Amino acid sequence: MSERVKFFPGREVSAEAFQSGSVLLTEYSTDLKYSWASGVAISKFLNELKNGKIVGRKCNRCDRILVPPRMFCEECFRLTDSWIYTKDTGTVNTYSIAYVGTDASRLKEPLYIAVINIDGASPGMGFLHLLNEIKSEKEIKVGMKVRAVWKEQSERTGSILDIKYFKPL
Amino acid sequence: MPRKVCVIGAGMTLFRRRMLETPKELAFEATRMALESAGIERKEVDTVVAGSAPDAFDGVHMKGEYLLDGSGGYARPYSRVFVGGATGVYTPIAAWWHVASGLSDVCLAVAEEKMSPLQPHPQYAFWSIFDHTIERPLGVTLLWIFALEMRRYMHAYNIKEEEIALVSVKNKANALDHPCAQLGAKITVEDVMKSEKMVWPVKRLDVSPTSDGAAAVVLASEEFAKRLTKDPVYVAGCGWNIDSTYWTNRDLSYPQYLENAARMAYKQAGIKNPRKEIDFAEVYDPFDYKELHHMEGLQFAKKGEAPKMTASGMTQRNGEFPINPSGGLLGVGNPIAAAGMMKVCEVYFQLTNQAGKRQVKKEVHTGLAQAWGDLMQYSSVLILRRN
Ligand SMILES: [Zn+2]
Repeated sequence: MSERVKFFPGREVSAEAFQSGSVLLTEYSTDLKYSWASGVAISKFLNELKNGKIVGRKCNRCDRILVPPRMFCEECFRLTDSWIYTKDTGTVNTYSIAYVGTDASRLKEPLYIAVINIDGASPGMGFLHLLNEIKSEKEIKVGMKVRAVWKEQSERTGSILDIKYFKPL
Repeated sequence: MPRKVCVIGAGMTLFRRRMLETPKELAFEATRMALESAGIERKEVDTVVAGSAPDAFDGVHMKGEYLLDGSGGYARPYSRVFVGGATGVYTPIAAWWHVASGLSDVCLAVAEEKMSPLQPHPQYAFWSIFDHTIERPLGVTLLWIFALEMRRYMHAYNIKEEEIALVSVKNKANALDHPCAQLGAKITVEDVMKSEKMVWPVKRLDVSPTSDGAAAVVLASEEFAKRLTKDPVYVAGCGWNIDSTYWTNRDLSYPQYLENAARMAYKQAGIKNPRKEIDFAEVYDPFDYKELHHMEGLQFAKKGEAPKMTASGMTQRNGEFPINPSGGLLGVGNPIAAAGMMKVCEVYFQLTNQAGKRQVKKEVHTGLAQAWGDLMQYSSVLILRRN
C-alpha cells in the first residue's frame, strides 16, 4: 500500500454475531402507503387495456408509434400527435426465467418474463410482461411470436395485469 | 479552458456484507485515509462532494446531509450527487469540475454505501426503481432487468454462458490479492455454471454481492499537487451520458450511452485508439456479462468480441490489457457508490505503484475507471494519467 497508509479500516459484523444479537441493533419497520396518479398517457393505455386493446402514441415528426405511450416524444421533444391502436400480438425481444421474488426469496414455480415488441408499434417498441402456457423452457426463444391472454372483461380493472400473460402463437 | 486537475490521495475501508460502523463512520474512515495518503489535512480542503446510492438501503432520508460530518463537508460548500450505480465514478467527476473551474484548489470526493440494514435482503429496495404503474404490479426485481439484458446480449452475438463465466473466475481470483475484498476466491467456470439459478441466465456466481463500505479520493489543482509531488496523477478526461428511461424500447445488446460517455472522455484526453492508448481499465462489473458489455461500449473490443478477448487471457492482470486488476465488484464487493469509487482508487494505486500484490506487470501510464447505473442507462467514465 501507500507509504503513509499501512492498513484498511473497518470492522466486520459476522452473520453469527448479527443473528445471535451479540451486536447492538435498533430495529424499525415502516408501512408507507402511496397512491400514484397514472398520468395522462398511461391512464388512456390502462383504460384501453380494460377494453382488451393496446394503444400507442404517434409522433408525426419522427413517425414513431410509441409503446408504452407518452404524451411527449423524448427524441423530438414535442407533444405527440395521436392515439394508434396496435395489435395484441408481438415478438419476444428478450426473456429470462425468474427463480427469485422481489425480496430475493425463492419462488415455488419459476416465472417466465419477457420484453415483448408489440406488432403495429415501431420496431423495438415494447413492454415488460410475463409468458405462460409454455410446454418446455426450451420452447422459449428470442424472436418467438406471442399473443396476449386477457382476463375476462368483467375482471379487468384498468391495470397492466388485465393482460394475464402472453402465450406462444 | 479548464484547469488541470490531479488526484493526490485515495482511501477505502474493507468491503463486507455487514459492517459495525455507521455510514458516517465508514465515510470518515475512507476520507481520513484519503487525506493521510495525500499528506494533507481537512483545513486544506475547499469543497466536498459526497456520493451515495438509493436512500432505501439505509432507511435514512437525505443521506447527503447524514453523511456530511463523516465526509469532511462541515462548514464547506458541500453537496451530494446521485446517478444510481454510476455514482461512484460520477462523484470524482463532480469534484473535478469544482477544481477545473477554478472554484477550489482541493476537493474531496467521498462515496459510501451501507446496504446491510434493509431486511430481509437489500434486493428488496430495488423494487422501487421500476415504473409504479406498468412494471411493479408484475412483481419485478432488479435481477430481472439484468437477466433480460444478459439474454439479449447473448442472443445478439451468440455468446455462451461459459464464455461470460470466465469474467467471474478472473475477477474473484484477482480479488484474492485485495486486502479489502469480500469475495476473493479460486473458482472455475464449472462452479459458475453449477451455482444456483437466480433469474436465468443469471446464476449466483455471475452476480456481485451486496456490501457495506466507503472509498474516497482527493482532487487538487496541478499547482497544489506539484507542491506534494513532482510527478502527479492527472485527470485526463471524463464523460457521462444517459439513455432513455423507456428501457423496454432500447437496444439492450449494446450500451450506446456508454459509447457516448467514453467518446466524451476520450476527446478530452486526446485518445484516438483507446485499446492502444489506455494501459488498463477498471470497468463496472456488478454482473460478469457487464464487464464484456462495457468493454464493447468503451471501444476496447468490437461488438460481441469482448468474450474472445477475455478467453485469450489478454484481460488477466498480467495480460496485455488488464481489466479489473482490483478484482472488481464481483470480487472486492459492491457497496454501490463506494464500489465505483474503489475503481477510481485502484486506478490511482496502480498508476502510483501502490497496488502491492495487485500491481499489473507492465508499466502503466493511463488507466480508466467506469461505472454504470440508474435503470441500466447511465455511464460515467474517468481517465487518469501519469507521465
Ligand atoms: Zn418524435
